[in-house]
Amino acid sequence: MNIKRFLSIALSLIVAAVSFSCKKAESGSIKIGAILAVTGPASFLGAPESKTLKMLVDQINVSGGINGKKLELVIKDSGASPAKAISFAKQLIEEEKVFAILGPSTSGETMKIKNICEKAKTILISCAAAEVIVNPVAKYVFKTPQKDSDAVKKIYQTMKKMGISKIGLMCGNTGFGKAGKKQLEKIAKEYGIKILASEVYDKKSTDLTSVLTKIKAKKVQAVVNWSIVPAQAIVAKNMKQLNMNVPLFQSHGFGNIKYARQAGKAGEGIIFPAGRLLIANDLPDSNKQKKLLLDYKRNYEAVYKEDASTFGGHAYDALTILVEGIRRAGTDKEKVRDAIENLKNFPGTGGIFNFSPTDHNGLDINAFTMMTVKNGKFVPYKK
Amino acid sequence: MKFEYLLQYILSGLTNGSIYAITAIGFNIIYNTTGIINFAQGEFLMLGGMSAITFSQYFPLPIAILFAVIVTSIVGALIDFTIIRRMKKPTVLNMIIITIGLSILIREIALHVWDEKVRSLPYFTGDETTSINFFGAYIPPQVLWVLGISTLIVVFLGFFFKYTVAGRSMRACSSNITAAKLCGIKTNNMITFSFVLSAAIGAVAGAAISPIAQTQYDCGTSLAIKGFAVAILGGLGNSTGAVIGGLLIGILESLSISILPLAYKDAIAITILLIILFVKPSGLLGKSEISALKEF
Repeated sequence: MNIKRFLSIALSLIVAAVSFSCKKAESGSIKIGAILAVTGPASFLGAPESKTLKMLVDQINVSGGINGKKLELVIKDSGASPAKAISFAKQLIEEEKVFAILGPSTSGETMKIKNICEKAKTILISCAAAEVIVNPVAKYVFKTPQKDSDAVKKIYQTMKKMGISKIGLMCGNTGFGKAGKKQLEKIAKEYGIKILASEVYDKKSTDLTSVLTKIKAKKVQAVVNWSIVPAQAIVAKNMKQLNMNVPLFQSHGFGNIKYARQAGKAGEGIIFPAGRLLIANDLPDSNKQKKLLLDYKRNYEAVYKEDASTFGGHAYDALTILVEGIRRAGTDKEKVRDAIENLKNFPGTGGIFNFSPTDHNGLDINAFTMMTVKNGKFVPYKK
Repeated sequence: MKFEYLLQYILSGLTNGSIYAITAIGFNIIYNTTGIINFAQGEFLMLGGMSAITFSQYFPLPIAILFAVIVTSIVGALIDFTIIRRMKKPTVLNMIIITIGLSILIREIALHVWDEKVRSLPYFTGDETTSINFFGAYIPPQVLWVLGISTLIVVFLGFFFKYTVAGRSMRACSSNITAAKLCGIKTNNMITFSFVLSAAIGAVAGAAISPIAQTQYDCGTSLAIKGFAVAILGGLGNSTGAVIGGLLIGILESLSISILPLAYKDAIAITILLIILFVKPSGLLGKSEISALKEF
């Protein structure tokens, strides 16, 4: 037998074996799909999200599953590509016949598969932030991260307390940056804040001192930067290098201590809104979230040897909300959907969830708390 | 506009310009030997930056960078040994497609070796907040490091290509590979050497810009695009041209920001590039007689 022939036979045997083992689903288990940007430009979201889901599903299965049923998790890496998200959503619904889909990590992807899930009557719990995902409400679509507009309001409230009224905006040219810019510009008037300069920069920018010079020349009292890595750290460094001594506000996308470390000494004093996960230790014992936050943080950091972030928390919330729905309503998709919609006072990492037929996000402005960086650590911001 | 702001825009332009310049230099070496553009040059920068960051956890910074240079050079050599050398028809187009493929391959491997996280080397002098006050405008010392290193590389390359046997043999390969072979030059080895050298210079560049621009597994592509444009602007194959072109684009971009929204920055840069190429197709310092001899 020549080598080529042998190889092709071997290969087809392997393929057959793999596909066979995939088909063999455990009877009585619940299959949950997840579409996450594990790699690619949004991997800072997708990677901790997928790690969190794997960890949680293992924990749930070890402790006996839900109502005696084991969970089976199918994670698809979309690389933040909407096109891939669409085909994975179809695959998960039609071939894998999943019970529900968690994710995607980014808003763009979620919007693309919103209607697919709606038509297929499959529950979708998104880990992406944009408000359009749940506004207008779609029957089967939920999301766990807090609203952009609430983050903006929280920032403006803090500015008002600090007596700041003239600001400069900087936004990355990502979906997240653009959505933030829109909210920042829309809500500014309500709080009597004047935006003197508003600039959009490339997400791959390597240095932003020229833009900051422009903002500096306008004599602003604070700078707001709305972007994701790596620009978050570059803005902070460049401001210090330009000797700009006004406070820097960042978005809730700053919610990972490694970004503060990226900026090093320049990261000190950055103010931003985020969920309480980052300052779980500083919460009073009466806080309903404290125990679950500390548990999640401890487990995640023990398993993966890296700091827990609020992004992984979004996946934590998505899964625990789904699990709670199944626990209450069994394995009927419609009943589980109703159960999730009526979930009240449910503590998660992002805040206390109160879902209703008109609110599929379930969080309000109180889900955010203002934080700052002090000695390389996140601490509650007090003024 | 107040003088100090004008000065600040120019200094900010220098920061970006220095990054473009040091990236562009790397393109010239392989071009000078093989006549092709190595589109994996950006990945050499990324590899240099990433491995320097990893080594810097165990060794002092200069040694870490040295190791990073060695590692990246080995990768450069491997690329030539395993792929470029074994091509049956090494035409310009084939080689370009192969280097594009390689850049994707290296990026994906880097994603698995390291991960998706953004990293950076510490500043060579001072820290994130240090900057030098220059008549009321500020410039971080790292920019001076990048500019200094670029200048050193340019001087070294100029000397190397003009006066050493190896350098002259490399240039001979690019002018006419058959004639070079007839003269007894081991062209294969020269091409390998050019990959090693350009990988090494890429690694130094990657380490030098890491504190400013930060390093991530996929940062090579965007650096390479700008670097390539700058290399053409300066005149392909000409390292001094690359530095001048890089600084020019950087400063012009920065000044454009002062009057126009930032979003037009790249449009301005590309427009200037086009105008210069219309007027002088061989680039700022390129010679038209030389470029007429090249296939590409």
